[in-house]
Parts: sequence; C-alpha cells; structure tokens
Amino acid sequence: MTEHAHHAHAPAPLGGKLITPVTLCLGALTLAAAVVGVIRFIFGLGAVTNLNDGYPFGLWIVYDVVIGSAFACGGYTMALLVYIFNKGEYHPLVRPALLASVFGYTLAAVSVIFDLGRYWNAWHIFWPGYSNVNSVLFEVATCISLYIMVMWIEFSPAFLDKIAVGFLKKIVPDIKRIVAKLMFLFIALGVLLPSMHQSSLGSMLIIFGNQLHPLWQSGFMLPLEFLLTAVLLGFAVVVFEATLVSMGFKRPRETDLLARLAKFMWGLLLVYLVLRIGELVLRGALPHAFQATLEAFWFWVEMLCFIVPLIMLAKPASRNNAGKLFGAAVLLMLGGFMLRINGFLVGYETGDGWHYFPSLSEFIVTVGLIAFEVLAYIILVKLLPVLPALKPASR
Amino acid sequence: MENPERLQRIKKRIEGVSAMDRRNFFKASLAGSAALAAGAASCPAAARESHTISPDALGLLYDSTLCIGCKACVAACKESNEMPPEFQANTEQPYWDMPLDISGKTLTVIKVYRHGTMDKKDEEQNGYAFIKKSCMHCVDPSCVSACPVSAMNKDPKTGVVSYSKEACIGCRYCVAACPFGVPRFTYDQTFPQISKCQLCKHRWKDGKYSACAEVCPTGATLYGKVTDLKQEAARRRALKPGSQTSFPRGQLGGPDQSYPGVVAKYVDHLYGEKEFGGTQMVMLSGVPFDKLGYLDLPPRSDAVVTETLQHTLYSGLVMPLVFLGVLGYAAKRNLKQYEEEKGGSHD
Repeated sequence: MTEHAHHAHAPAPLGGKLITPVTLCLGALTLAAAVVGVIRFIFGLGAVTNLNDGYPFGLWIVYDVVIGSAFACGGYTMALLVYIFNKGEYHPLVRPALLASVFGYTLAAVSVIFDLGRYWNAWHIFWPGYSNVNSVLFEVATCISLYIMVMWIEFSPAFLDKIAVGFLKKIVPDIKRIVAKLMFLFIALGVLLPSMHQSSLGSMLIIFGNQLHPLWQSGFMLPLEFLLTAVLLGFAVVVFEATLVSMGFKRPRETDLLARLAKFMWGLLLVYLVLRIGELVLRGALPHAFQATLEAFWFWVEMLCFIVPLIMLAKPASRNNAGKLFGAAVLLMLGGFMLRINGFLVGYETGDGWHYFPSLSEFIVTVGLIAFEVLAYIILVKLLPVLPALKPASR
Repeated sequence: MENPERLQRIKKRIEGVSAMDRRNFFKASLAGSAALAAGAASCPAAARESHTISPDALGLLYDSTLCIGCKACVAACKESNEMPPEFQANTEQPYWDMPLDISGKTLTVIKVYRHGTMDKKDEEQNGYAFIKKSCMHCVDPSCVSACPVSAMNKDPKTGVVSYSKEACIGCRYCVAACPFGVPRFTYDQTFPQISKCQLCKHRWKDGKYSACAEVCPTGATLYGKVTDLKQEAARRRALKPGSQTSFPRGQLGGPDQSYPGVVAKYVDHLYGEKEFGGTQMVMLSGVPFDKLGYLDLPPRSDAVVTETLQHTLYSGLVMPLVFLGVLGYAAKRNLKQYEEEKGGSHD
C-alpha cells in the first residue's frame, strides 16, 4: 500500500470541510478551558486548583508540561531516525510528527503561563542577572523555548506561503532558501535540544532527594530513564497518530512502515527495561516493589505498561498486525505517562498530611488544551501540505 | 498494485544505503564519542563541592527543653513581617491568630509533641515537647539551587537565605525541592508570592535582630553567630542533667539577659549540625527529632548531587556543542544524500 520512498509523494493539503461535529466539540472544550483560565487569572491559582504546599506541582505542570512535551517527541524521534541515523524510508512520517510536536510543545509552553504564579516575570528565566544556570529548571525552560523556535523555523516552509501578505510574499522564496540551506543546523538543534531538556525533566527529580520514593529516586540515572522513555514515546506517538490519521481521514494504513518502525521501538524498550530494573536491583530498591503500598501498586502499573508491549511485539509477525501495534503504542504512552506521574506526584511526599488530586477545573484546562491541539492539527493538515499526497490510483 | 521489480529495486537501494551508512555512521559516532570523552575530561572540577559555612554566618539556636510553648515568637514574627492572621473557624476561639503550620501567611510556628498521659515535659514516653518550625537557612540550600531566576539567594557573608519577590516567577520549584518543606506559596492571591523566614534581616538597619529570639522569654530561641550558637549548644550538652546553669536570652553576644535555670536531659544530637550539609538554625531537644517532625536527612545537600550532574553535562557548554557538531555533520551528509536521490531540494 504505502511506499517507503519519500520522493514519491510530496506533502499536500487534505482539503475538506473545517466545521464538522468533531471540530465543534473540540472548540467547545477549548472554550471551557478558556473560561477556567479567566477565573484563574482573576482570583489566583487557589480558586481553581487543588495545589498546596505539599504538592506545589499539580496536573498542569506534570501533565501539560512534563508529559505533554514527552508526548510531543514524535518530531524528535523521527528527526533522529531519518536525518541522523539516515533511515530515509521513514521520511513521510517526519512532517506529520513535526506538526504534532510543534503544537504539543507550543501548548506546553503556553500552559506554563497558567501555572506560573508570577507569570509576568517569566522573561526573567532568560535574562542575564536573573538566570540561574545551576537550576535544572532554567535548563529545561531555556531548551524547550529554543526548541519551539527551531521547530517553527523547520516547519516554516509549509506555512510561509499561506500567511505571507503584501511585500512579504516577495521575500518568502528567499526565506525558504535560507531555511533550506541551514536545515542541517536546525535538524541538529532539533535533536540536541530535546535530548537536553527531556533528560533534564528527569534530573528535576534529583533535588527532591528523600522526598521521592526509592522506586523512582534513581539519582544520576533519572535523566537517562527520562530520555530513553521520551524517545520511546516518540515512536509510540508516531504509531498512534499515524493510525488515527489513517482512520480519521480514511487514508490507507501505513502498517508496513510502522511495523519496521516498531522494530526500533522494541529494541529501545528492551534497553530501557534492562536499565530501569537493573538500576533498581543494584541500588537495592526493588524490595519496595513487593510491599503493600500505593507506591508499589502504581509502580507495577507503570512497569506492566512497558513489559506488556515488549511481549506483544516480540514476534516480527505481531508488528505487522495493525491492532497489536496500536495497542502496544497506547500502552507505551501510558507507561511514559505513569513514570512521570509517579515521579512527580505518586512517589513524592514532603511530609505527613498532604493530599492532592486535581480539581475539575484543572482537568477542564488540561482537556481543553488537548482538544485545542487536536483541533489545530485537524485544521492545519486540511489547509497545509503536511501529510503525503495519495496517488490518484489508490483513491 | 506495486510493481514487484520496482519493490525489489527499492529494497536493494535501502539495503545498500543503510549498509554504507552504518559504516559511515560508525565512523562518525567514533569521532563523536572521542570528542565527547575529551570534552568531559577537559571540564575542570565538574563535581560540585559542598558549600561550607561562612565564619560570619548568623542563625538561631532553638532549645526545645527551654520552650514553654507561649508562642510569643509566632506573634512577634507576624508583627515584624506584617503577615496576616490565620483563623481556625472550627475552634472555640475563631477570632484569634491560630496558625497550625507555617504557610503563605505564617513564617514560624511552635508545634507540640504529645504522647500518652503527657505527664512530663521533654520525655518521649507519656510526655510532651515543643518544637519550632521555620526556615533552617541551609548552608547549601536546595531552594537556591532549584530557583531558575535567582529569586532565592544565600548571602555569602551572613548565610541568610532570602527571597526576592521582584525576581520570582512563582513556579514553586523551591517549595517542592526544600527537604524541610519551608518555602510556602500564597495560592489564594491573584498576585501570589513565596513566604519564608529571612531571619528578620529587614530589622538589622534599626540595630535589631530576629523578632522571635528578641521576644522569647526563656531564651529557647536564641539569635547569634552560628559558631557562638554551636559553642553554647556544646556547653549545655556537656552539663550534667539536673544541674544549675545560666541561660542567655535574646542575642548571644548582645546585652546580658541571662537567667539561672536547670539543665534538662538532652538527646545526643544537635540537629542541623550535619543534616543536609548543615543548617544555620540548630536545635537541641529532650525528645528524638524524628518524633518532632525533623527527619533523618543525609549529610549532603541534594543541591550538590544535582549541580554535579548539571556541571558535568553542561560546563562551558562543551559537551552540547560537540554533540551538536556530530549531529550537524550527520544531518548535513544525510540531507545532501536525500537531495541527490530526489533530484531536487529538501521539502
């Protein structure tokens, strides 16, 4: 069905109606989040969130930023595979993955503003004199911001034609030429920067010290564990999105390509599990997993989300099964989600008597941001050349 | 339907390409790894040493055995720092400031340990004891290391850990990082901020010192240079329990306000001497500190661990730049190859 060759079909807009029941629903969810946002900015974080001094990081930081950015690693993983490891056959997957990434990351950055108590000072992070280069959060914030810029530049050839007006239209070819000439640099930055901040999101947990349960406080291994799972999530998300896109827009499945992609995913998953479990054994923390605690329960939920896909995709034949592949990808996404939820919330305890579960308003904002992301993706693939064009014959 | 011949051709090409590239990539990776190793080796002293205490460091000595739980310190702290009261609606006295813990509105509280019949003060079994909660002014503070915008600062001379509202972005990483749970946040405000004890440094210009120590009637909270405070703690620990001695009040080294008293039986532990790389508030007690809510902490600050990692990876940006070079080389080569195959420009 689908060809490997990236030169066979250049990306083309999908076209079609923009207002559908699906896009209307997504729009409504986005609007609900905006309403909560207004309340938050008028009455403060306490008015809409269950945040407290025992759990100062809640859903908005842990899901919208830490997990959201990891789910947006499709562009990173694909760039790594195609441009660094020279697997050109996956080229058709790069652009759709990049679009999802640029949205995921941009929204993660926007949602930070919801969460920052003193958001009007946010620029201090990048301002010499305020910047604290010793802070892991400084590095995370700087690298994420730079990466968002790099992705928009990488993506600019797809949308410059559409947005340029007046005299700007004249310089579009020049900009495109410059971007194309420097593309190798943007690609290199597009791999370097996520490697830095995705690992650092794990390093952020080191300073929690004893406040973090031994099943997750793996010290210097935390950055590696977060980096490996981010790349893994990149693979899983590409499989997830490609499957949904082919279903939702009634396009042919790319199972053949995805099956080959799953081989890399499987190998990386094996490496991750060996490191994760090996580290727990060497540190003597594994016995904690066999105690009757809430932490142990959620640890096993997390681990099973990684172990089950390893078994599911062990046989090459099962990687060709679109259903199994999709199921494994969803489980891996859940696994990456759980690792981050566990590290930042379930395994974190600063003292007795503190509890946190996200409020309805927190969920509304998170769901609204996801809805907005999906909405924007749908609209943009219809308007911009993102997905590879189909041959008329296969229609 | 696909043309089988074409498929075969494509397959061959992919294999040919990847075989060649594995070789080239291997070479590139080798060069890259060597460069990375050289970069890592050339990073001078990446391992971050623990910070040491300044000889002029200021702090507090809290002696739980002297504390009578009057909470004059809590009231004085509120007044000097202009903090709002905290009411407890479900008590008999809902109109009084009754903070149960430090918070966005309260920088210090006195808590009580209770066991069994609560007959004897400073006894673990069937006894009770008081304990102060406020900023420990760590020698190597996690909050200072965590803060991305330098809103948390440790004065190089006095060692006071202070907070700048003007710099703060309200991310609350300091709240999460502090092992003592000290920095607190005003979630209920439209324009919130962090609240924490700053040792009343704003009173120094009037020749005053920490309000909590100034008003303490028994000298349970004592202000002074940390070296002097530690000496005073050592003196008390060396005395025989039950014997008579003189207890200073207010500021150690200030006007003499001492009074005669009886030496209590201390647990053999000056909390804050070693914990977490040392703190500038140190504490004595008759009841083990874990019973009073002060946990066993490692002798090294987690800031050391974190910054050792960060400095190893990012010192002088050597490693990221080398990595970028390797990535740029690979990307440039592969892009060129794709373009040649395509006979056009990159999409």
